Amino acid sequence: MSDVVEKTLTALPSLLSLDSQPGSAKLSSTSKLGNLIRGITELTSKHEEEKLIQRELTSIKDQVSSPNTSMRQMKELMVRAIYCEMLGYEASFSYIHAIKLAQQGSVLDKRVGYLAVSLFLNESHELLLLLVNTVLKDLQSTNLIEVCMALTVVSQMFPKDMIPAILPLVEDKLNHPKEIIRRKAVLALYKFYLIAPNQVQHIHNKFRKALCDKDPGVMTASLHIYLQLIKENSEGYKDLTASFVTILKQVVGGKLPMDFNYHSVPAPWLQIQLLRILSLLGKNDQSTSEIMYEVLDESLRRAEMNHNITYAILYECVKCIYTIQPKSELLEKAAKCIGNFVLSPKINLKYLGLKALTYVVQQDPKLALQHQMTIIECLDHPDLIIKRETLELLFRITNGQNVTVIVEKMLDFLRISKDDYTTIDLVGKVAELAEKYPFETMNTVFSLGGDMMQPDIPNSFLKLLSEGFDSDEEDRKLRLFAVDSYVSLLQSEPNKLPQRFLQVISWVLGEYSHLSAELEPATVMTLLSKLLDLKHTSSETKSWVLMAMTKLCEGGVAISVAQDIYETHSSSMDTVLRQRAQELQHLSQDSELYLMGGVDSSLSFLDGFVSEALAAGAAPYKPPHQRQEELAQAKALSLEPYSLSLPISMSSCSIADRQSPTLMSMSSGLSGDSTDLSHKGGSTTLKLDGVKRVWGREGYLAQREPVEETAQVEVPSPLRSPSQQAEADSTQSQTPTPTVTPELEQDKQQLASSLFVGLGSQSSVCLMGKSDPTPQRFRRKAQGRASSSGASEKTPTSLGSTPSPVDNLLCNSLLDSNLVSEPTNQTPQASQSLDTTNGNCHEELTDVKENNPSLIHNNEEPDKPKDLCLSSHLPTELSGLSHSEITPLCSNQSVNLSACHVQKEDSLQLVIFIFNSSDSALQQMQLQVDSGELKVNYCLSLITDSPVEEVRSHSVAVCHYSVTVKRPSVHVEVLGMLSYQLPGGTPQTIQFSHKLPLTTFIRPLTLSTEEYGSMWLAFSQDTKQNLTLINDDQDPLTTTLNVLKKKLQLHVVEIIGVEGIVACQLVQDQPCLMHCRVHAGTLAVWLRSPVPDLPDCLLYHCQRALQEH
Amino acid sequence: MPFFMLLFSRQGKLRLQKWYVPLSDKEKKKITRELVQTVLARKPKMCSFLEWRDLKIVYKRYASLYFCCAIEDQDNELITLEIIHRYVELLDKYFGSVCELDIIFNFEKAYFILDEFLLGGEAQETSKKNVLKAIEQADLLQEVSHVKNCE
Repeated sequence: MSDVVEKTLTALPSLLSLDSQPGSAKLSSTSKLGNLIRGITELTSKHEEEKLIQRELTSIKDQVSSPNTSMRQMKELMVRAIYCEMLGYEASFSYIHAIKLAQQGSVLDKRVGYLAVSLFLNESHELLLLLVNTVLKDLQSTNLIEVCMALTVVSQMFPKDMIPAILPLVEDKLNHPKEIIRRKAVLALYKFYLIAPNQVQHIHNKFRKALCDKDPGVMTASLHIYLQLIKENSEGYKDLTASFVTILKQVVGGKLPMDFNYHSVPAPWLQIQLLRILSLLGKNDQSTSEIMYEVLDESLRRAEMNHNITYAILYECVKCIYTIQPKSELLEKAAKCIGNFVLSPKINLKYLGLKALTYVVQQDPKLALQHQMTIIECLDHPDLIIKRETLELLFRITNGQNVTVIVEKMLDFLRISKDDYTTIDLVGKVAELAEKYPFETMNTVFSLGGDMMQPDIPNSFLKLLSEGFDSDEEDRKLRLFAVDSYVSLLQSEPNKLPQRFLQVISWVLGEYSHLSAELEPATVMTLLSKLLDLKHTSSETKSWVLMAMTKLCEGGVAISVAQDIYETHSSSMDTVLRQRAQELQHLSQDSELYLMGGVDSSLSFLDGFVSEALAAGAAPYKPPHQRQEELAQAKALSLEPYSLSLPISMSSCSIADRQSPTLMSMSSGLSGDSTDLSHKGGSTTLKLDGVKRVWGREGYLAQREPVEETAQVEVPSPLRSPSQQAEADSTQSQTPTPTVTPELEQDKQQLASSLFVGLGSQSSVCLMGKSDPTPQRFRRKAQGRASSSGASEKTPTSLGSTPSPVDNLLCNSLLDSNLVSEPTNQTPQASQSLDTTNGNCHEELTDVKENNPSLIHNNEEPDKPKDLCLSSHLPTELSGLSHSEITPLCSNQSVNLSACHVQKEDSLQLVIFIFNSSDSALQQMQLQVDSGELKVNYCLSLITDSPVEEVRSHSVAVCHYSVTVKRPSVHVEVLGMLSYQLPGGTPQTIQFSHKLPLTTFIRPLTLSTEEYGSMWLAFSQDTKQNLTLINDDQDPLTTTLNVLKKKLQLHVVEIIGVEGIVACQLVQDQPCLMHCRVHAGTLAVWLRSPVPDLPDCLLYHCQRALQEH
Repeated sequence: MPFFMLLFSRQGKLRLQKWYVPLSDKEKKKITRELVQTVLARKPKMCSFLEWRDLKIVYKRYASLYFCCAIEDQDNELITLEIIHRYVELLDKYFGSVCELDIIFNFEKAYFILDEFLLGGEAQETSKKNVLKAIEQADLLQEVSHVKNCE
């Protein structure tokens, strides 16, 4: 039937007296559209155009809604509406009429109706639902053209939820005799797959059928689906590799009909699609890659014609070769290919060459070496995009030696770039490179990138500066350098610096300007106060400046400056500023207060006041979040929109919480210890969030070095290796810029030597005289220190400017003696016995009936038998109690040391077994057990007895300690040293360390709820956190608390509803209380104790216990 | 896969726009305005590609008309350039040595051809003959109905 129609149609033109050229431009001089268009072109001003279009739109509006308008006229109106929309005027009133036209019009009107719909609406538009019926009807039409139109619109947009309605019809079309219908149906299914993959899951076998379609067009269309499928799951389609290879082979071999040729290249689009699919399939898969080597080689060979389309194929081919498992022969050819691109005088090809080079350079950095002269030329290319791509390439080949030059180039580009996106991207990259060599780069980055950059960049910079590196001397130098350079910056032109940079400057000056001997605080104060007067300084920056001044206000001039500032800002509209000014004034007047320094964040000095108030009947304080939870639960009015907004930006946070920005960034920053990732990772786009912070210890020093090095390479040619020279020469001869003067050329070569240093294996190393080609990685000081040391650790922004450990200690001990009801005899005793504790023990010597002595001598024996026999040596008073697993501590040829512990109600008993595995007796044995050597200043008090001095051959001596914790830590470490002498030998020592988790010291604390209540208020150290809830039955709270009870020996005092209270103590009466409430699927835990760090440590173990569960 | 295709004149007047990603009108206008400005500012000898936001723009000027496509960074710029070229060839064949006026006055035809060539952003039919055949068939039908209407 349709064939008949078709035949009639093809015969028609000759019968009709119409223009025989079907699409010939009829300028439709009389049509209304023509008039409109002409009218617009005659107008001179935008205003007139607006008026004309509005008039036009009104007339269209009138006509479309008139019942007398025929569909034919409607079509005309729609075209005009489309035109108006294209000019940027809204014609939304016509949308519904477009749908109507598609629905009711005859075939010719329908076409315009569908077109208007596809131009007016996007796939989320609600009116699209009205189109579903029309599409349904047209899909069932016997008219080919109607079916085509319906499929075309469906492939462009269709409401996701309505797919099931038409899916069977579209599926049917896969069997249609006409290939154009089959092809469009496949594309419609592709669209469905993109917007709702699960809807077409069941017809994957139909995709296969489409892939095997006898019409190449239908097969090509199905490849779109396969590319998508393989992108998501390449494993599932490995079996098709051979088929794809065969298809590609046929295409490349010219087996397709001539129709598919494009400029005599067979089906280039198809080839590219296949190459993409193959590269996905062959990635990381040797055997699959092997299948395609041959056809890739063939493709490379065939695509030799000098036309853009062949280059497009070549480019895809090269990409594929470098993506799949490498084959050296192919790589060589691909590299040559890239060379042709890069050297091409055509700018588009050059660009693509650079892009390909950027892609492959990660695997083969030497390839960049071959083209270094071209790359240098591209760096100075007048077209920014070429420059940009070159920088991208350089970014990938950056190493420790060429980083200076490359960053310099990037910064040059930043200076001329106007585009925000490029700036953000490049700033991120520079910052990333600057990790390796921070200082001056960062200044430039801050002043150029300014307020555009991600907030965590300055954040991590400050963190770096405050945490410092391994050596104090380096830290001091770096900070001093920072202070000096910032002071000079402020002295010159502070008004041009971006806000973020000013904030960084103020913080650094406030914190570290005391390091500089010649710098008076008053001078800094004056400089800073100038910032306050600048017009464009934001109030956020002003707060930073005032904070800095608060740290500096000391001495005569400073006080007067502070007074001035107080006067100007005490009436500021900004409350934060007002408060800062107040503080500044107070501190500058009251030098005692100023010197006191240190902040008691627990506000324990208010405890007395609070308990008085409570006794007088005041309601206990609840933190805002708890209040809000309660409000929410009580279904009261939601106050959320008016509640205090949580501090988000680092600055507001540091102001509000009086915490240093460094502490803030601890939580926000990523822990990035390796810069490797970014260079090795294949991603072409750069993630800007969380720029890693591996700044170097050598800091700005490292930055100096390469500069000097470049200077040494003034005369490049004799220093360069012959092969490299030849490479460069050949590049020069091929590049189409023969007019370069020799000096210029030399400049370039010099630049080249500084850029490509460290890439080739031979050249760089001998050039720089460095044997280590990999850039030196600087490591930051272990983070552990900050977290393990006490809560009262000095943070950089606390008010006093000089950190003094004396203050802290004083503070702590005051705190302790105030709050802890420690047995008074224990503390002094413990501190005295700290350093000099000798290994004194309950001693029991027994002969060991050794069944298998050779095993023990081997040191490799399994623990089990020894464990068994060792446990029999436990001191008598402990033998009835359960002991922990006996863990080996250390051993040498004559001694084996192992340990276990026994938990008693009031203490922990540590037992150390000394097994003499030699044939002679150990004499003058002395065991020292000690924990004073640790940096963390907790200690164990060891109650001891008489020493052992001699251990006979093959026997065991047992040392037994009673251990209590003085200051808690997550793991308590015991260090020990055993010294002994074999008869006739020299004295020997053996050292060991043993870790005891804090949990071994925790005992349940039996309390009543009332006692709990009164204790709760008295304790000052607290911690809050949300823990995961164990959700296995109806009562998650009870379950969770039971797990904790079992694992950590806590005492569950009471559970009421969603809240539970739990108590425990550290041996020797150091209580810790825990309050739990179930909230939003998590367990909100609040721990309180009089002992510093105990809540934190206990929380850690709770977390662990729940995780392990 | 192209995100959108724009045709605009040397004076910056939009002649054709096809969006393959759903965007609001406001965004479309903003993108068009920015892009037209950027492309028009470029000199003739410059590269046909440019980075714009996180997209790659591929453009080519034919007489007074600029053809401009937005693609992803990992897409193949050259093949996009050839897509543009094939489209121009199709227009040329259909209108018979096409000029800007043809497209202005018959922009709906230009859309029909584009839809027949690129469907949902993917090259659907790359054979010149087949594309034009499909268009002509629909056109003929139109003429037939005209005749019928006249009768």
